[in-house]
Amino acid sequence: MFADYSSQELLAIFAMQGFAGLILFSVFVLMALGLAIIFGQMGVINMAHGEFMILGAYVTYMLSNFFEAYLPDLFGIYFFIAMICAFIASGALGLFVEWALIRHLYKRPLDTLLATWGLSLILQQIYRSVFGAREVGVTIPDWMMGSLPLTDMIEVPINGIFVMVLAVSISIAVYLMMFRSSWGKQVRAVVQNRVMAGAVGINTEWTDRLTFGIGCGVAGVAGSAFTMIGSTGPTAGQLYIVDTFLVVVFGGAASLLGTIASAFSISQAQSIMEFFLSGSMAKVLTLLTVVGILMIRPQGLFALKLRK
Amino acid sequence: MKPQSNRFMSMQEMVGFAILALLIFVIFPLILDPFRLNLFGKYLTYAFVALGLVLCWGAGGILSLGQGVFFGLGGYCMAMFLKLEASTPENTKIQSTPGIPDFMDWNQLTELPFWWQPFHSFTFTVIAVVLVPVIFAFIIGVAMFRRRVGGVYFAIITQAIAAIMTILIIGQQGYTGGVNGITDLRTLMGWDIRTDEAKNILYFVNGGLLFACLFAAQYIRRSKLGRILIAMRDQEDRVRFSGYDVADFKTFVFCAGAAFAAIGGAMFTLQVGFMSPSFVGIVPSIEMVIFCAVGGRLSILGAVYGALVVNWAKTTFSESFPELWLLGLGALFIAVVLAFPKGLAGLYDDFIAPRVKPLFDKLRSKSNSKDADFVGAPAE
Amino acid sequence: MNYVNPNFVLMVEGLTVSFDGFKAVNDLSFYVEPNECRVIIGPNGAGKTTVLDLICGRTKATEGSVKFKGQELLKMREDQIVHAGVGRKFQTPSVYEDLTVFENLEISYPKGHGVFGALAFKRDLEVIERIEQITQTIFLTDALDEKAAYLSHGQKQWLEIGMLLIQDPELLMLDEPVAGMSVAERKKTAELLNRIIQDRSVIVIEHDMKFVEDIATRVTVLHQGQILSEGTMEHVQADPKVVEVYLGH
Repeated sequence: MFADYSSQELLAIFAMQGFAGLILFSVFVLMALGLAIIFGQMGVINMAHGEFMILGAYVTYMLSNFFEAYLPDLFGIYFFIAMICAFIASGALGLFVEWALIRHLYKRPLDTLLATWGLSLILQQIYRSVFGAREVGVTIPDWMMGSLPLTDMIEVPINGIFVMVLAVSISIAVYLMMFRSSWGKQVRAVVQNRVMAGAVGINTEWTDRLTFGIGCGVAGVAGSAFTMIGSTGPTAGQLYIVDTFLVVVFGGAASLLGTIASAFSISQAQSIMEFFLSGSMAKVLTLLTVVGILMIRPQGLFALKLRK
Repeated sequence: MKPQSNRFMSMQEMVGFAILALLIFVIFPLILDPFRLNLFGKYLTYAFVALGLVLCWGAGGILSLGQGVFFGLGGYCMAMFLKLEASTPENTKIQSTPGIPDFMDWNQLTELPFWWQPFHSFTFTVIAVVLVPVIFAFIIGVAMFRRRVGGVYFAIITQAIAAIMTILIIGQQGYTGGVNGITDLRTLMGWDIRTDEAKNILYFVNGGLLFACLFAAQYIRRSKLGRILIAMRDQEDRVRFSGYDVADFKTFVFCAGAAFAAIGGAMFTLQVGFMSPSFVGIVPSIEMVIFCAVGGRLSILGAVYGALVVNWAKTTFSESFPELWLLGLGALFIAVVLAFPKGLAGLYDDFIAPRVKPLFDKLRSKSNSKDADFVGAPAE
Repeated sequence: MNYVNPNFVLMVEGLTVSFDGFKAVNDLSFYVEPNECRVIIGPNGAGKTTVLDLICGRTKATEGSVKFKGQELLKMREDQIVHAGVGRKFQTPSVYEDLTVFENLEISYPKGHGVFGALAFKRDLEVIERIEQITQTIFLTDALDEKAAYLSHGQKQWLEIGMLLIQDPELLMLDEPVAGMSVAERKKTAELLNRIIQDRSVIVIEHDMKFVEDIATRVTVLHQGQILSEGTMEHVQADPKVVEVYLGH
């Protein structure tokens, strides 16, 4: 199948395909980060995670319209404001959901799963009623359009680079927050021994709520970033949820590095296979491989061996 | 003091079974027109799935979010047989390759794939309806339970399997009929299944099979295996150190759940007349869990009522207020988890059972006066 | 030391387990004779419970060998180890709270342990008699139809001991059987244990020195995953290393 291409063209194809994989990788990382906090650190299954992302996307969409209509001068930077607003909106919804729903279910993880699924249905219907069933897209600022020619045959889209940069910086921020700050230490203390953490003066209730809120906030930012590379519909979140959970579980739920490594391997595998097979078969094979590996190594790629 | 009785059914359960039988075999056929009866027959096919979930999830603590896969495998096996019967060379003579299913022809297939061939045989199909999903469940079960994957991880992985299955079916449309599924099914061994009379008969066959499955589930729950499942849910380690291979038991109950779901799927195909990936994926699979949860995850009779109530509500609401239905379904998920974790069966236990119990006690002390050993034995 | 007796019931040799580099049990060797009651003592974190976990297959060893009547236990699954004749009681009472005392014991009855065996299992007279006999031994005759959730802490401990007795293991491992009991319960338990350890080998983890003195044939002192001292109670109590570990902390 490669006979028709010159070696230079082949190199270009692989480079482009690799870059497409890198964008997919960034998307996965962004999606998975919030979940890595909520599921990996707190052990809560949030099936509505995708809908929290979509909320961020819709916030971005609204702000894009707002700036276009009223503040066209500032349109170039609206996206940064939108990201902050997305974080706040999804985070606030997260705080509320934790208070109303999640905190009653910490001891019943399977029930959390069902309840948050119900939540996701409700949110989807609300989005559909408010924004309509059709997908919406945001207007991308001029500086983000176009692509950067690396060589005369390899070009990389700027919005892709932007999403990648975003993925890296949010990863670093989450890492610092969870593993280098005293707040992160509190979160991990609460997860490992709730009673003891309470006894040493940590407000476990507030820690839980804030952790959940921040996880949802990160999801909102991810959704905001998505608008740069694709459009948003009410059920878009559901499309991602299985992939996202697989990424986190595959990486070893409690390990941030694992999440990133697994996002990398899954995205690369998928985009490379997409070159050889049809899109759906590539997806099937990728998911099958992940499920197969999880059956052999259920603790994921990166997991500690612990004394029971 | 003698240990409690270990009968197949308590008197209360017998009455419960009898009431359900009356409802399904007498009342529904009397009050519903043929169209509605067929619809209720469709709801009842979901009761098979919910029943399997009572065993897996309620009794065994294993939540599978992939029951749609087994429902679908059973349904597709049956659909393949019916499709082959419908695709005689005369019926398909306008195709470029007559004698193969229409969707294969549309997708430029010129020959029936080898794995479709055995579905010319009805005997093979009936066996495959149960065996294919059970073997699939067995492979998943052995792989996961041997490695002690359980709880939420099992739920997520079964959900991923449901996703994979849907993508696969949709992607391979030349072999599976793709997103439309296998449609235009007409006859079962020459018997037209589209007439009202046939649908009526199928409804009763469906009810009979459901009762067979209910009895099987009751037997499993009543046996020592049922108690081991409960023990496993509470103290898995202890069961292991009482000398049981926990993985075997989980695999068994998962396979049993798959078999029930598959029978439901096959009956679905027969009664509704088609099978498509929209009954296989993530969304239908998790909805099947809610049938079980609404009925009461511990109650096998509750599973039937749960499937009936939720599906009836779905039809009613989505006919008149489609927007409300999704909100209602979402709220149902939340409510059943937060407020009614034991579902309808729990409501019955809390409000109705205390009122009817004195009645049963009276009945029992009359009829059991000879059999004094069992007097005072717990009703459960 | 007579380490070459071929009649040992249990031979533990070079047993090591490491959790990410931390060796909870390090190159441990000891031998248990038929009908011996071996007590393992040691400060917290010495690896006592881990040793029992390794023997009964709950934790996988990194290195070493555990031979029970010549069979290598480290290669077997938990349920196979149970069928070989090793019974284990956990530190916190672990009984099936949703089942009655009768059903708890019935599940431990050594019959119908396969899937289809359990499906076909019949509650016949032999089973009922055996269970009634055991409930007498463990002082629970009156609670036969009670759900285990409603038992007191001490009664749960007894029930778990009863569940082991009905298995009739050749090697019984008990993890702190009297912890958390009232004085009266403790006395009754000591009596019960003294009766049931007669015709089998037993490994007990216990902190109560008085209790240890009563039942121990030999005592093994663990410290940081290794054996600090081993021998009769007097021998161990006189060992300066033991005194230092216990008092130096």
